[in-house]
Amino acid sequence: MTATAPRPAAARPPARKALRDRVFKFAELVTTPLLPVDYLDLFDPLRSGAALRGRIEAVHRETRDAASIVIRPGRDWLPYVPGQYVRIGIDIDGVRQWRAYSITSVLDRADGCFTITVKAIPSGKVSNHLVHRAKPGTIIQLDQATGEFCLPEQVPAKALFVTAGSGITPVMGILRNSVDQLADTVLVHSAPTAEDVVFGEELRRMAAEGRIRLIEQHTDSAGMLDARSIAELVPDLHERATWACGPVGMLEALEEHWASVGIADRLYTERFRPRVLVTGEGGTVAFTKNGTTVEADGATPILDAAEEAGVLMPSGCRMGICYGCVLPLREGAVRDLRNGEITTAEDVGDGVLIQTCVSAAAGACAIDH
Amino acid sequence: MTVLQKKPDNPIEHLSPEDIELIGKELDTIRQEVRDSLGEDDAKYIRTVIDVQRKLELGSRAVLLFSKFPPAWLIGTAGLSVAKILENMEIGHNILHGQWDWMRDPKIHSTTWEWDMASPAEQWKHSHNELHHTYTNVIGKDNDLGYGIMRVDEDQKWHPMYLAQPVWNFINACFFEYGIAAYDLELGKNLATKKRRNDPKFRAAAKQVLKKIRNQAAKDYVVHPLLSGPSFLPTLAANFTANVVRNLWSHSVIMCGHFPEGVETFEKTSIDGETRGEWYVRQMLGSANISGSKAMHLMTGNLSHQVEHHLFPDIPSNRYAEIAPRVKDIFDRYGLTYHSAPLYKQVGSAWHKVIRLSLPNGWLAETTPKNAPAQVVKLVRMTTGGKKVRRELMRAAA
Repeated sequence: MTATAPRPAAARPPARKALRDRVFKFAELVTTPLLPVDYLDLFDPLRSGAALRGRIEAVHRETRDAASIVIRPGRDWLPYVPGQYVRIGIDIDGVRQWRAYSITSVLDRADGCFTITVKAIPSGKVSNHLVHRAKPGTIIQLDQATGEFCLPEQVPAKALFVTAGSGITPVMGILRNSVDQLADTVLVHSAPTAEDVVFGEELRRMAAEGRIRLIEQHTDSAGMLDARSIAELVPDLHERATWACGPVGMLEALEEHWASVGIADRLYTERFRPRVLVTGEGGTVAFTKNGTTVEADGATPILDAAEEAGVLMPSGCRMGICYGCVLPLREGAVRDLRNGEITTAEDVGDGVLIQTCVSAAAGACAIDH
Repeated sequence: MTVLQKKPDNPIEHLSPEDIELIGKELDTIRQEVRDSLGEDDAKYIRTVIDVQRKLELGSRAVLLFSKFPPAWLIGTAGLSVAKILENMEIGHNILHGQWDWMRDPKIHSTTWEWDMASPAEQWKHSHNELHHTYTNVIGKDNDLGYGIMRVDEDQKWHPMYLAQPVWNFINACFFEYGIAAYDLELGKNLATKKRRNDPKFRAAAKQVLKKIRNQAAKDYVVHPLLSGPSFLPTLAANFTANVVRNLWSHSVIMCGHFPEGVETFEKTSIDGETRGEWYVRQMLGSANISGSKAMHLMTGNLSHQVEHHLFPDIPSNRYAEIAPRVKDIFDRYGLTYHSAPLYKQVGSAWHKVIRLSLPNGWLAETTPKNAPAQVVKLVRMTTGGKKVRRELMRAAA
């Protein structure tokens, strides 16, 4: 005889949840093959239970090429930590584009919104759209906030922030919320001119009130700061926990310097730009789930190259019309053999779907398969 | 009609291989121009159609909750029929073609979409996008030609069972979505032998279809009628009617695409080593358009632009109308026939062909009021007699 272990009461779902599940199950019978949410989305895209979205409520100009976007998040938006970033998906010319931006607002805004601050970069599709053309009322896609570029629970006695350009944005999120918990804060910020300093007025006010020590470097007139000059400007640098955010070159120089004086563990950095892509012809194609790596030249469809190497691939018409071969591109870039168009996995890898039968590798890339 | 390669007046005889490649290049240019110009307006178009369709369906189903009142039944049934047609034609068919994949919206994407239809999207995409669109009108390769149950070409040997094909065709039209599901499963072929019946791949696919049918049928014939309470039976009848209306409509539209008289068919061997230009020309000759208003184009899912759709199956449907004049211009310049006629003419033409081919070759054309009795006697003899009798009578006719 087998004994049946009694199920602990706590493991049983509460009656309300069970009821809700049953209601949803029934609602699915009513709406199949769609889901109830597909209909609810027509009326309230920000409701609880919907895919996480947000609505642009306002756009505030910060400098000539930067703006803060006020976003009302959907009701499932979770609390976040100052310094974190959020990935947003916005439709530009009909195409969904995903990018990550730092959250710059104070926690617990009365209106329940948060802001991201965006600096338009030359030929940046999303940043220019957000700064110059975004309209209140637009619905965007959101991910929950994430990121490690935050103050630790045990706030350091002395802090240093080194930023350049839009690198100020995550730091602004930290300062606006936590500056008064920090006893001794130095901010070294570089921008082309005084007018180009995003949040310039607010930062100078904080400095005037004695809450931070602000060192502005206007690079158009004074040139770039290197790590050694920062060390001269902040003599007690090695006593400070340092957060740095800015161009890759700046971060690398800082990392090198901090390592050379043996305090690499006291430097936290945040990168915005993805690694520079090698967009040469052909390249190594890695299949992430399958584990196979294939060398493909720039004229061979990834589908053919993969099959040659023995990868079992979904396939169809092999001429780019049936979409039977579509797979997500996790990293890298591919070239459409029909028109030379390059498709790139943006950012942290949004898994853009590509037709493998008409796409060739344009540099090293990784495909989820 | 007979396959293009066996025709005495081959409609592409005047084209050189260079001409054919030039046609291909011109069409590639059009395709690229449209792709490059896709933008916010196109995205707005498909989202609006989806929005309107969903609200129309919700509204119609709400009205049908009171379907025991005749006006409510009429309005609800009409609305639901239109909603179901939009859902299958302009929305489902075109999204599953990947026409909207460029938007990178996972909610409106060929790999995630599912539709109100007995055949699961997955299976339909294979038989439709891969087989039908690749092998369009190639006898023996493109099963859309008669769905494997009809005689679609003079070259297919006539058998008395084909006399019933107008009836089959009508029954298939009424229950078209189930016909498509059976066809996507290759039911005839797969049920034929024990080995095929027991193939785990077939069994899994069949299970998937049955589950889909169960869900769809439960929704229309159980859940919504139950929700209607005292209007149970009228709602059930309304949903059944809407499904049949949708089936008849989509069957008619699809018949118009490749079946009207004058549309060409091709031999299996003719596509060996086919170039892109040759593929394009086959699509040009193998499709027919329906002319009409904007509403007609919308309700046919723009399959009224079947020629443009077959040339560019992944170009968003809202763009076919604008490129149609340029496509027609290519037909004109290269001396090819662009088939286009109003719906009633194309449906009539397609049905004429179904009936003509249900009879022995030449029978319909030879029959006049005068010789009708003799012709009927001949047909009866051919039907009741054996193979030998048929062959003799056929030879006598030829």
